[in-house]
Amino acid sequence: MASAAADDAGHLTLDVEFSGGLEMLFSDQRRHSLVLPAKDQDGKPSTIAYLIHHLCEHVMKDSRKELFVLQDHLRPGILVLINDADWELEGEEEYELKSGDNILFVSTLHGG
Amino acid sequence: MDKIENLKREIAQREAELQDLRKQLAEAEAETPSVENGRDTTTSQSGGEGWKWPLEEHEYERYSRQMIVPNFGLQGQLNIKNAKVLLVGAGGLGCPAAAYLAGAGVGTLGLVDGDAVEVSNLHRQVAHSTARVGMMKVDSAVAYLQGLNPTITYRAHATHLTPQNAEGIVSQYDLVLDCTDHPTSRYLISDICVLLSKPLVSASAFQTSGQLIVLNSPPGKGPCYRCVFPKPPPPESVVGCGEGGIVGPVVGVMGVLQALEAIKLLVRGDHRRLKNAPADGTEEDVKQVGMLLFSAMADMPFRTVRMRGKRQGCFACGGGDGSALTLTELKTSLDYVQFCGINEPVKLLRPEERISVAEYERIAREKRAHVLLDVREKEHFELCSIPGSVNVPISRFTARREGAELEDLIPGGFAVLPPDAPIYVVCRVGNDSQIAARKLKDWGLDRDGERFIGDVFGGLRAWKDGVDPSLPFI
Repeated sequence: MASAAADDAGHLTLDVEFSGGLEMLFSDQRRHSLVLPAKDQDGKPSTIAYLIHHLCEHVMKDSRKELFVLQDHLRPGILVLINDADWELEGEEEYELKSGDNILFVSTLHGG
Repeated sequence: MDKIENLKREIAQREAELQDLRKQLAEAEAETPSVENGRDTTTSQSGGEGWKWPLEEHEYERYSRQMIVPNFGLQGQLNIKNAKVLLVGAGGLGCPAAAYLAGAGVGTLGLVDGDAVEVSNLHRQVAHSTARVGMMKVDSAVAYLQGLNPTITYRAHATHLTPQNAEGIVSQYDLVLDCTDHPTSRYLISDICVLLSKPLVSASAFQTSGQLIVLNSPPGKGPCYRCVFPKPPPPESVVGCGEGGIVGPVVGVMGVLQALEAIKLLVRGDHRRLKNAPADGTEEDVKQVGMLLFSAMADMPFRTVRMRGKRQGCFACGGGDGSALTLTELKTSLDYVQFCGINEPVKLLRPEERISVAEYERIAREKRAHVLLDVREKEHFELCSIPGSVNVPISRFTARREGAELEDLIPGGFAVLPPDAPIYVVCRVGNDSQIAARKLKDWGLDRDGERFIGDVFGGLRAWKDGVDPSLPFI
């Protein structure tokens, strides 16, 4: 697991993935390598909540934001995995991002 | 044509006769004393006075290849033989799962499904067959399974699982596999498994992806479906295999993995661990819960992620501090359809902004200047379309950012059209077409009313019903 908190310029490099159909909202691209500021506007460490906001504002081309966020939170039916662990084990939206983190967003499937 | 119909009728009749014979055979076997599940009465002393082995002779033959695997053994086989397993859903997941569980010798295999076999099921639902189209899925699956392994007991429940019948059906079994295709059934199955202390192997699949998780295992200790997914997804985000598509082996691999998880659980005897067994901390009772994510097109197709345990205050299982849910409540006051929401039809256009298929047919016949945009995805469009229509998938509309060049939206651009030439939009059933038409108007393409923009009411389905029945697919 990557340990470097941030590079000299105060940036984080993240490996963000989408699966289960969510890639459709992100230019049909499963994997995005993102560079994010290590601190948010208020000088606090960047969290998953910040990442979700960033994805909506800068990465998502699709206008159907409601398929990703509802009422400022991730919509029900999307799992977030931080380095292959359910984000509920890691503090959910409050998790502080580290450089090298792999963040996977998966839509739950129902077909069978 | 008569010949074909006659042959079809004859096949159906023979199938019914065969099924009846199999049923009679099963009943006769059940009545034969001292030969439990056995059919080997002529060639050996199996089941007779002289037989001194715990399994019957034919069972050693049939199951030896799995029994000699390290840590499986005779005890593993006995556990499997004594188990009763229920599969809810006899479709893309249920068919392969049932085949492997029947092959492995599960003593009693139950199947619940209220649907009949359709031709479009056959590319993935491997227990059914062309000759059995129209038959109830549970009966078709049992016919197949009888052929695979006639020595075990099958129970066909030709109904959908409902809050009213769930207790009666599920209570007959030790372990449940969720092989259904909708959130409503997934919550119901999880709730009844929690209430009746049955472990649950849950899988799902869509297009090229699949997911697998073992829930409520051991009963009362592992998380339930509601612990993992406390809120249902919004109904508009739920797309079934019928609309979104599914690759056969993708759902097949998930069903096979379900059977494997079930066999692992039975061999270990986890289904017999009781709910309130001593949990003094010394027991390794709560294992790390993993969820398997399968993504056929990814560089690393299989991935297992660590999941949370029980949720404190979970609506169904209470997270260990007293369950919130009771059987009576489930039966009388839980409305799963309402809980998961209903996909309301889109209502973005007024009636005067919509034209009928008959009207459009006349416009096309009279060769009036216009453009017809078909907003289905290109895979749908390729299969069939209305002559002259132009394909611009709905995702192109929803992906467009404000201010982007409009002319890029359709091949050749809108500039080639006379400024007052109408734009009609069509889709599969008439929902996306409204979204697209509304966007075109919002972007000013109707030139303040100079140009008519509207959709074709009812989409390709209405076109097939009212104009061209030859459309091969919608």
